[in-house]
Amino acid sequence: MSVDRWVVCEQCDAVYTRRKLQPGEVADCARCGHHLYRRHRFDVEILLALTLATAVVFVLANVYPIVTIDAQGSRNAATVWGAVIATWESGVGFVAFLSAMLVFFFPLAQIVLFSYVLLALHRGARPREFRQAMKALALMQPWSMAEVFMLGILVAVVKLAGMMEVIPGIGLWSFAMLTLLLAALTSYDLQDIWDIAERLDDREAPAAGSTGERA
Amino acid sequence: MSRFVTAAELGLLGCHRCGHVLKRPGQGALGHCDRCGATLHRRKPQSLERCWALLIAAMILYVPANTMTMMRTTNLLNSTDDTIISGVIYLWVQGSWELAAIVFIASVMVPISKFIALLTLLITVRRGSDWDRPGRTRLYRIIEKIGHWSMLDVFVVALLVALVHFDVFGRVEAGGGAVAFGAVVVLTMLASMSFDPRLIWDPPARHD
Repeated sequence: MSVDRWVVCEQCDAVYTRRKLQPGEVADCARCGHHLYRRHRFDVEILLALTLATAVVFVLANVYPIVTIDAQGSRNAATVWGAVIATWESGVGFVAFLSAMLVFFFPLAQIVLFSYVLLALHRGARPREFRQAMKALALMQPWSMAEVFMLGILVAVVKLAGMMEVIPGIGLWSFAMLTLLLAALTSYDLQDIWDIAERLDDREAPAAGSTGERA
Repeated sequence: MSRFVTAAELGLLGCHRCGHVLKRPGQGALGHCDRCGATLHRRKPQSLERCWALLIAAMILYVPANTMTMMRTTNLLNSTDDTIISGVIYLWVQGSWELAAIVFIASVMVPISKFIALLTLLITVRRGSDWDRPGRTRLYRIIEKIGHWSMLDVFVVALLVALVHFDVFGRVEAGGGAVAFGAVVVLTMLASMSFDPRLIWDPPARHD
């Protein structure tokens, strides 16, 4: 199966024939303005490198305290898990659940699944559970909220700065990096990864591709 | 405006998950995408009904989200209950009006704009309106993009609860407002996900 000749706008159903784009170019729907498809500046290798960097930063952001506050000698530090446990113990389990899923598990799962998919594509084949991995990535994408949490850290720091000393930790800088790297990673359209995988299949079986190229 | 050919007219179907274009097998069940395995639909199933239900639930919960306590700050002398609005006022009075504005936009303006935008989309689609279709599709894209930023205040409360738990200097606890507000954000996100923007473009005869 080759890359589609057609592309259908998912927001207004208009049909176009696909054109080869330059790196960095985006094709927009002429009817409703939606981004139809793009050709990313990054190729699989850069994307894979980004993913591995994101994994390292994720560990740092979760191991080291994000901020420590000091109220005349008494100190408290917070990490993402610290916030999850504290809200759980404070009796608002739903807030703990949201923080755990949206800021910890979904970003973590995105990093793991991206690594899984990209490592295999880099080696020139689809991973075994490609469909499942892509499905999970698509479902999680809107619910991964590290960047919102980052802004939340800033608001919390300003709220406390008037009352006590706030000391930024390694976790804070790591979290800022994590936000940027995850944004770069998820700017990659999952549909592009599908197209990359299709092109790999074509390269492997050129004969089968050329005979079926009629539609 | 020139006439565009739609997938529906050509008997094509774009997979909602991977973008693969399939030749549609007539009426009835469409089966699965042969590329990614997603269950195929011409339009998102029961789009308008689901969107209405989730939106109404979100609007109802928005009331306790604003009236109940978001967080309670206690120390040896007294205890203060903060709602979303009083939290914004606190930041404003403290002199950080930029952050007050950010929290106000994320917690008040974004959810309310989302309610109004989704209501507008639902009502105009139900009436088969042909008013500014590109504009309404753009409106949909905007609410899809900004919706999750409303979770900001929930995370702020979670962080403050984790940080401020001293014996002498006081502690911060989360209240029911934080739970209600988190639920509002989740529900509005689900509502906008269940809305199918292609309904804006479909000829009126197609739906209901």
